[in-house]
Amino acid sequence: MQEKKRPRVAFFSFTSCEGCQLIVLSCEEELPDIFRQVNIVNFREAMTKKSEEYDIAFIEGSVSTPREAREVKHIRKKAKVVVALGACASTGGLNCLRNRFPTDEVKRRVYGAQALSNPTFNISKVRPTDAIIHVDYYIHGCPISKREFLSVLSDLIMGKKPVIANHPVCVECKMAGNICVFEKGMTCLGPVTRAGCDAICVTYGCICWGCRGPVDDPNIAAHEETLKRYGLSAVEVAKSLDLYGMCKPGK
Amino acid sequence: MKKDLHINIKDITRVEGHGNIVVDIKKGEIKELRFDIIESPRFFEVMLRGRRYDEAHHIMARICGICSVSHTAASLKAIESAMGIKISAQSRLIRRLAFAAENIQSHILHLFFLVLPDLFGVGSIEPLLEKHPLVVNTGLNLKRIANEVSTVIGGRPVHAISLVPGGVVHVPTVRELKDLKAQLQGSFDELEYALSFLKMTTVPRLEKTREFIALKAKGEYAIYDGIPTSSKKYSIKPASFTKKIKEYVMPHSTAKHARSPKGTFMVGALARLNNNMRQLKPRAKAAAKKAGLKPPFNNPFLNNMAQLIECFHLTEEAIEIIDKLLKMGPKLEPVRRPTGHGRGIGIVEAPRGTLYHDYTINKDGIIEEVDCIIPTAMNLSSIDEDLRTLVPSILDQPKEQIGKTIETLVRAYDPCISCSTHIMDVRFV
Repeated sequence: MQEKKRPRVAFFSFTSCEGCQLIVLSCEEELPDIFRQVNIVNFREAMTKKSEEYDIAFIEGSVSTPREAREVKHIRKKAKVVVALGACASTGGLNCLRNRFPTDEVKRRVYGAQALSNPTFNISKVRPTDAIIHVDYYIHGCPISKREFLSVLSDLIMGKKPVIANHPVCVECKMAGNICVFEKGMTCLGPVTRAGCDAICVTYGCICWGCRGPVDDPNIAAHEETLKRYGLSAVEVAKSLDLYGMCKPGK
Repeated sequence: MKKDLHINIKDITRVEGHGNIVVDIKKGEIKELRFDIIESPRFFEVMLRGRRYDEAHHIMARICGICSVSHTAASLKAIESAMGIKISAQSRLIRRLAFAAENIQSHILHLFFLVLPDLFGVGSIEPLLEKHPLVVNTGLNLKRIANEVSTVIGGRPVHAISLVPGGVVHVPTVRELKDLKAQLQGSFDELEYALSFLKMTTVPRLEKTREFIALKAKGEYAIYDGIPTSSKKYSIKPASFTKKIKEYVMPHSTAKHARSPKGTFMVGALARLNNNMRQLKPRAKAAAKKAGLKPPFNNPFLNNMAQLIECFHLTEEAIEIIDKLLKMGPKLEPVRRPTGHGRGIGIVEAPRGTLYHDYTINKDGIIEEVDCIIPTAMNLSSIDEDLRTLVPSILDQPKEQIGKTIETLVRAYDPCISCSTHIMDVRFV
């Protein structure tokens, strides 16, 4: 019987904390299996070999320099499937908070006036991957959910199309049996944020910070009504939405 | 030896973040020899300004995936110091447990995923799965246990959820704690195996006296609390940290370099061990003896072994913390509220060295000023200087071998490059 050829998988990281890659490496029990099912040809943090030939590319991190934009375009040419890994790549993530300030001012503030002409400090506005290239699939979250990553990877290995949730975190909160955060007098972005994380933050006592980005058609009206009912300020919530939502995703 | 040598290692592998190593030697004379940081800067200080105090720890955790809890802890300490918040004994224990777990995870990741392949002459841990399964599975299991502690305490191994200003918003159950304790106790066998294995490997020689800076505390090996102290017998008051540790911009690097009043210095596991070895817990002390480690340490390659010794200590500490929590009976407490505002400083020992967060918060709880000093940035001068000492001594080796050796030097420091380029305040020296 002919042995099925293992798909060649490459991991790339750009402007990021590399936390999503770390979640991949935290699949300690699954790693031996993963290595058997796929041929990881590029993963700078964990391996020396680098390859220009790959089928599936996982891209972690936002694009924040012209050089990164070029590299991301190159990856699109080489890969059959491009997956945005994590919030920074999918929606821009926290990195986009920097976009509030003019780029030159940021450079000057941190590195001094000499930075303005030095190519080492050549930065542009922060953007998610799909502002530069077409992305096939998204694994949202800051960081990604281990369960979701393994599920998407399995789907891709099997040639199935991964399906990502398009309902709000509230659904998963209810399934987890959590008391609604609004009942505790706190503000939550759950009603407009994309599920897929098992509402882990609320389960662990916090609020939903919106790290997975909005659902495709967020029910803003219902969210506003809830806020009014609990006497909470929409302005504050809008500012909270800025945390992960400053980059407008898409071309 | 009058030799020409050009090495340009682009995007060095098996380190956290993006860096290049440049070697340019003409007729035996060093023209260029440096470790360039090319990681895209993310400007966290800029990101944090104008945000609320109860967002800071969440944002700053994202400076780094591996040392996320270190940043969270330093951030929370800075916020609580600025706003006059004193957390409960239980909260402190829970945070210290998360902190110990992450430090273990970071060291194990470094030793088994990043360094181990070099010891076997392979490119990654993957080929070792088949050839040396015992060693690999030891690493995977130790890492899994550490991650499980993080997940039980903080919700997940990266970017803990339940550690917040004023305390914690989730407590582990008795059953969870007992299970973690059993696993941690079982991990000593694997740590011993790792020790006996690492002891057999050859450590390259690089003897160069150096200054070590690490936190020092009375009565314990300082990891979570302490005063920054130098091996050259001076200590630094937290409020004067940025006056004594000065940063400067390097033209080829998006991370800044730093120097102490005495010049170049090193931080991290080797620094901590050098300064505070006597305060290690019993098993760690025995492990250090077995490893033949005796300060003062002049060889940066020993940082790897130092990290493993710390894993013993941190495991002992984690078990002690769990015992204390079990005695108290963990129960959910309300989070403590701010009683003031102003400037606050939080300093911890991250896996790679002393980490400093400094915030100024106004009366509305909005963050106005932010300053962070990152351990890896503090090590960059030391790395450059060590490269300059090492390379001339191995010039007679084949080029590929020299390339591999200098990579292992950089890896021994366990640089966390994403951290070092987060951004820092400009302070021209």
